[in-house]
Amino acid sequence: MHEGVDWDALIQDPRFQTLHRRKTRLLWGLMVLSVVYYFLLPIGAAYFQDFFRIRVWGAVNVGLLFALSEFVVAWVIALFYARQAGREFDQLAAQIAADYA
Amino acid sequence: MALVAAALLPCAPAFAQAGVVASYRWLTLTVFAAVIALTMYVTYLAARRVHSAADFYTAGGGVSGLQNGWAIAGDYLSAASFLGIAGLISLYGYDGFMYSVGWLVAYVTVLLLIAEPCRNIGRYTLSDILSYRNDPKKTRIVGALSTLTVSTFYLTAQMVGGGVLVKILIGIDYETSVVCVGLLMLGYVLFGGMVATTWVQIIKAILLVSASILIVMLVWAPYGFSLPAFLADVVADPKVQARVATLLGDPAKAMSAAELGQRFLEPGLYFKAPVDQISLGMALVFGTAGLPHILMRFFTVPSAQQARRSVLWAMVIIGGFYVLTLFLGFGAALRVGPARIAAVDAGGNLAGPLLAQFIGGGPDSFFGNLMLAFVSAVAFATIVAVVAGLVLAAASAMAHDLYVGVVRAGKDTTAQGQVKAARIATAVVGAMSIGIGIAAKGQNVAVLVGLAFAVAASANFPCVLLTLYWKRCNTGGIIAGMLVGTIAAVGLTLVSPNLTYPIAVRATAHKVLDEAPARRAALAAANAAGDATQAARSSTELAALDKAVAKAQADLDKWGTQNASFMGLEKPLFRLKNPGLVSIPLGFLAVILGSLLYRDKRAEEMWNEVYARQNTGLLVSKSTAH
Repeated sequence: MHEGVDWDALIQDPRFQTLHRRKTRLLWGLMVLSVVYYFLLPIGAAYFQDFFRIRVWGAVNVGLLFALSEFVVAWVIALFYARQAGREFDQLAAQIAADYA
Repeated sequence: MALVAAALLPCAPAFAQAGVVASYRWLTLTVFAAVIALTMYVTYLAARRVHSAADFYTAGGGVSGLQNGWAIAGDYLSAASFLGIAGLISLYGYDGFMYSVGWLVAYVTVLLLIAEPCRNIGRYTLSDILSYRNDPKKTRIVGALSTLTVSTFYLTAQMVGGGVLVKILIGIDYETSVVCVGLLMLGYVLFGGMVATTWVQIIKAILLVSASILIVMLVWAPYGFSLPAFLADVVADPKVQARVATLLGDPAKAMSAAELGQRFLEPGLYFKAPVDQISLGMALVFGTAGLPHILMRFFTVPSAQQARRSVLWAMVIIGGFYVLTLFLGFGAALRVGPARIAAVDAGGNLAGPLLAQFIGGGPDSFFGNLMLAFVSAVAFATIVAVVAGLVLAAASAMAHDLYVGVVRAGKDTTAQGQVKAARIATAVVGAMSIGIGIAAKGQNVAVLVGLAFAVAASANFPCVLLTLYWKRCNTGGIIAGMLVGTIAAVGLTLVSPNLTYPIAVRATAHKVLDEAPARRAALAAANAAGDATQAARSSTELAALDKAVAKAQADLDKWGTQNASFMGLEKPLFRLKNPGLVSIPLGFLAVILGSLLYRDKRAEEMWNEVYARQNTGLLVSKSTAH
């Protein structure tokens, strides 16, 4: 359909299968982690108020630290994904693309 | 200049409390002129680079990851998030900060699932992705309609909210400010297309971040940049404690001043029903990945790697900004005081600007007014930059999807023809946005931002996600998902508690009026018995009571004979404020059922091509160099 690339052969290529497997596992794993961690915040704020209220550092309480940790977790997930993608996926994808173009 | 100043003077007393002091009006005009001149110059440079449709819609794919990251931040940090969240924190403490988290987490979804595949198989619009392996005409029509729906909701909220803000901050009237925002934005988009829009967004984001850093430095420095020391002052502040007492009502009577202050850092002052917050969170976390004007930004970079880099930069800038708003919000509560912030704007939108003025030395100082003028100019640039991105997304749906893709399907449209179509569509959408802005004057539009996210999360997100990741997804699924998702989100909002229900409004008004005499007597008694601080407190409370009584009376007059809401309902049928919790699963279900019930061999045959291309970046349209 497109300039004669054999898409079916490409999909069957063991390297593409490896790429697909690793990517799927990492992407959906991180996605679930991100969503679960995010929704812990409103759930905690609604149902675990006594815990959120505990003061740990002057006026700073567990709730504030937890909300701040949401930022850190989002950044860490993003950086972790970008590192893995840059190390593994980009190379594999470029090799496959070069062979089938 | 003198003429303008003279024309503005008569309305000065009405906004003296919030805006720049009249004697410093020249300062505001100078700062505004400087910001506008800078963006105009950039547009002039950009206009010379727009030759093709690719230049107009996607800046020729030649934007770098870092530039695009700043542009995404500029596109995303709308007035609602930049002024609104600082305001929420200043009025409700912890809950306001918790609200900001979802806006950042949304970008994890964008990064992991959407940005790179969209760059690899898309060209200019959301519909390009939807139509790749599906019936091009049908999916382009539903994709364009959904893009127009989401963008119009968002646009209306920006125009109306922006008009009100500019009115308060600079003191020009509402219609003039809507027309100014509209014309300026049209100037950028018509002549400079995506190149100019990108640079206006970058400039705005840089101005916004530097203004915020400066204010936070000034607010935080006296505490040696210690978080506990800063917060200790916030919770010890009588203005903050009084605010918490007002919010809590009767239960506050048993609490000490220290407990009241600490309560400001605990959840539950703004969000009363957890399920509402979860529903809104879902709309944010999944809706951002379906916003057409955000998706469009990924077509401006040359490769999947640059798309990834742009999300990383955007997350650093957006997340860093929300951490700064923690200090802006609490700083405003501490320095300006929640009562004064709420008195100027009930939603707290002016917390940031008021703090800037205070930090600079107050309403009578040169530096205070310079800071306020600068923050006002940033607010103005924000509205223009966000509206420009929205108009470009809506115009591309009209010109590229509906005109080139459907009306002239199969016929060759020249490069000049495509750019001309894009410019005509831009002019139409721009004129429409000014019209809507003026027509919707005085309406409560806050709900529209939530609704835009809900439609994006319930219609666009399931369709884009499943066409990228599910082999069986096809034309039937896309059409069903778009229609069901949009109708569910809009329909549920129309029967939700967001609308005005006259019976409930009257009941509240009667309650206020019935209780007023007893309250007044109690205040008078306390006043007679108490000392000077007590007297000062009572007089503020008395003023608040007078205001509440006047509002109740006005509500009774306004809704006197009516029993039903705009939709003909006496009470809400659906209790959630944001429909996401229900409409997002409905959208997914519709895509799945639609795909299973509709037979489309081509969509399945094309799967290998789509999946291979989105993962390898093969045949990605390269940047066009000029």
